[in-house]
Parts: sequence; C-alpha cells; structure tokens
Amino acid sequence: MAALRLRQFVTRHVGPIELAVAGGECVCIEGASGSGKTLLLRAIADLDPCRGEASLDGTSCASVPPPLWRRSVALVAAESQWWSERVGDHFEHGLDPVWLEQLALPVASLDWEVGRCSTGERQRLALLRSLMLGPAALLLDEPTASLDQDTTRRVEALLDDYRRQRQAAVLWVSHDAGQIGRVAQRRFILRDGRLEEGGSA
Amino acid sequence: MKAIVLAPVDLALAALLIVALAGLSRRMRLGIEGQLLSSAARSTIQLLLIGLVLKVLFDNAHLAWVALMAGVMIGVAGREVMVRQKLRFLGWWGFGLGSLAMFVSSFTVTVLALVLVIGSHPWYAPQYAIPLLGMILGNTMNGISLALDRLTQEALQKRQIIETRLALGQPCRQAISDSRREAIRVGLIPIINAMAAAGIVSLPGMMTGQILAGTPPVEAVKYQILVMFLIAGGTGFGTVVAVSLAARRLFDERQRLRIDRLRQPGS
Repeated sequence: MAALRLRQFVTRHVGPIELAVAGGECVCIEGASGSGKTLLLRAIADLDPCRGEASLDGTSCASVPPPLWRRSVALVAAESQWWSERVGDHFEHGLDPVWLEQLALPVASLDWEVGRCSTGERQRLALLRSLMLGPAALLLDEPTASLDQDTTRRVEALLDDYRRQRQAAVLWVSHDAGQIGRVAQRRFILRDGRLEEGGSA
Repeated sequence: MKAIVLAPVDLALAALLIVALAGLSRRMRLGIEGQLLSSAARSTIQLLLIGLVLKVLFDNAHLAWVALMAGVMIGVAGREVMVRQKLRFLGWWGFGLGSLAMFVSSFTVTVLALVLVIGSHPWYAPQYAIPLLGMILGNTMNGISLALDRLTQEALQKRQIIETRLALGQPCRQAISDSRREAIRVGLIPIINAMAAAGIVSLPGMMTGQILAGTPPVEAVKYQILVMFLIAGGTGFGTVVAVSLAARRLFDERQRLRIDRLRQPGS
C-alpha cells in the first residue's frame, strides 16, 4: 500500500496543502484554468521548488535521489513531449503489448515516427511510457484531454486496472465532471491555492 | 630577407581606404560611416597602445608582469563571452563560467606549448607567451560564446522536453544530453572549418603577418600548423568545460531545470 502524503506543502501560487492519497485510491482535482493544478503536480514530482513535505510510504521526497523519486511518483504532463524520432526509442524498458492493445494501439506503433502520430496517439503512448516505470503513485494532468469517448473509456479502464493491481495512489487532474464521477473516490477543488473537498463520488 | 619597415605615411595611405569607404557609405545613405570611422580609430589606438605595452613587457620579462597581462586578457575575454550571450546566468556565473573555462583550457594549452613544444628561455618569454595566448584565447572565446549561447537557447526552447525526461526519472545529465552535444558541436565548427580551409581558401592571418615581416614561408607554415592545433585543442577543451559547467548550473541540487537562473540582458 503506497500512500502519497503532502504536509504543509507550498509551491508557487499554491498551498499550504494537506493531502493524503492512500494506496489503491484515486483522488481527482478540478479547478479553473490558472488555479495551479499543473503547478501542484509539478511540485509533487519535484520539478519545481517547493516547501513542506511530500512523502511516499513514509519516505520523504528530500531523502530520495530525484530520479528515483520521479520514477516512483510519475508525472504525466498534459502535453506529451518526445525527443527522438522513433516512438520505440522512448521506451527504455520496452512496452507491454497487452497495454497497447488495451488502448487500441497496434504493436507496430513502436516503429512509428513520432511526427506522424496524432495528438491522441501521442498522449496514450506517453501515458504508457510512464506506466512502464512501474510508479507507485501517478500524477495525471488531464490524461484524456485529446481523446474521443471510446478511447477515453479505454484509458480509464487501463488506469483502473493499474491502480487496483499495483495498489497505486492516483492523483488525477480533470475538467470533465462525468469522468471525475467515474474514476474518483474523493474529489477536491483547487481554489485560491487551497484544496476544498468536493462531494464524495 | 629583411622586413620593409612601414612608415606613418604608408599607414595613412591605407587609412584613405577607410575614409573613402566612409564617404561612399554617406553617399549611399548606409548610415554606417560613424561606426566605421570610430571602430577604425579604436583599433588604431588600441593596437598602438598594446604595441607599447608589449615593448615594455618584452624589455622587462618578469613572470609577474606576464602573468598580470595574461590575467587581464582572460578577464576581458570572459567579459566578452558574457556580453555576447542572449541569455546570461545570474550573478557571478555569467562572467565566471566563460572565464574559468578559458583559464582552464587556454592557459593550460599555452603553457604546455611553451614548455614542451617551443621550449623558449625562460618559458614565459613574453615574445612567445603573449601572442600565443592571445590567439588561443581569441578563438576559444568565440567557441565558448557560441556554444553557451546555443546551450541556453536550447534549454529555453526544449524546456518541456527536458522536464518530461526528468519526470521519466532520467538524471539531469541525460535529460539535457542532446542539447549539450549540440552546443559543443556548434562551438567547434568554426575551428574545424578553419583547419579544413587553411592554405587553400585562406592564408591564416598569423602566417601572413610572419611572411610579410620577413620569415621564410616554410617556417611560418610550421608555426601556423602549431598554432592551429593549439587553437583547436584550446577551443575544444574550453568549450567542453564551459558547456558542462553551464549544463550542470541549469539544474539545482534536486535536479530541477532552473531557467530562472538565466536572464535576458536589459530585463
């Protein structure tokens, strides 16, 4: 059971925040554009300077080498980024073909050129790229923003499986009330830099 | 063969070229006559002054004086590297980065050449030390400023890619490796091109000067080859040092990309 815990957590424009996401739990955060949802996720992944404490399973972020922390607390950014031409070059640890199939992607997609993939394909591939690290906590920044309804459901199902099987803590930023209703056990609204607990789903 | 000594009149004749060019610029409304004349005047005064300084230095060949001169040259070159950056590191890093890299590379290469290759007596003999250092420094300065400029621009443009790589658990060294490689390459291209074209397309300035001053061509060529290699070594190692230091400085102790450590001059 990996629990992600924030204590007196402060970053630019956001905080102080107290939050605990249990292992196997999915917590959704919504909030107006510019309310700092992305900044919060970035700070938890230790990509931005922050004060207070973030810990995973009782191990605080500051006591772990940054690459190790980021592999166990994986941030999946809203816009996927690629640095090599071929999709497969970005998967150091290979890719589980079952997952590809679950997201309606062919096995051959590893040989695709990144430049020829659609935004939606890239978004799904980027999600799998992070999942292949086997993170204990997931920070998802609108992971289905550029997907149609069918693929959105597939992504939700895959993430649901992953969360249950690995007992992963999931922090999910979403704008879609329907989606939040489907995936979240608890939901918060980020307003004026504070988290307010929304109605239980 | 004896060098033909130039009289002031000879230089004045050459200066007429500049004046004529300034006249043409005025006539064609190019608007560069002011800059042209002032920079011609500057170079005359600066070169005359350095001639005097070198004359004094040659007559008083003390290690301390040579070291002082070398220190001033490195300081000025370090400032020049900083001034040429579109994005500068905040604080002392802006100046220190280039200066340190040039100190490490140019200085070492010059001293190595003086002691091991030329073997002048004393090894710091200013007739050899200062011109050699000057030439290596000038080229290293170019390489470093090109490379640093490319590195910081890349970091800014590829910020999201670099941060994605960090988020995937890559160490910062690996996350910025593409930009670092590109920056070092850019810094080394000028000297590689210069070596490839030397003698065919261009007669390098140093060699030309020596030949004009009466040195037999083959001797001048040997010195030119030596200088080319020294320049390539100095530029290459200096660029690697500067880019590596800068690439490290772009990240903090938690390996976060810190673009806020750069600023645009004037902002």
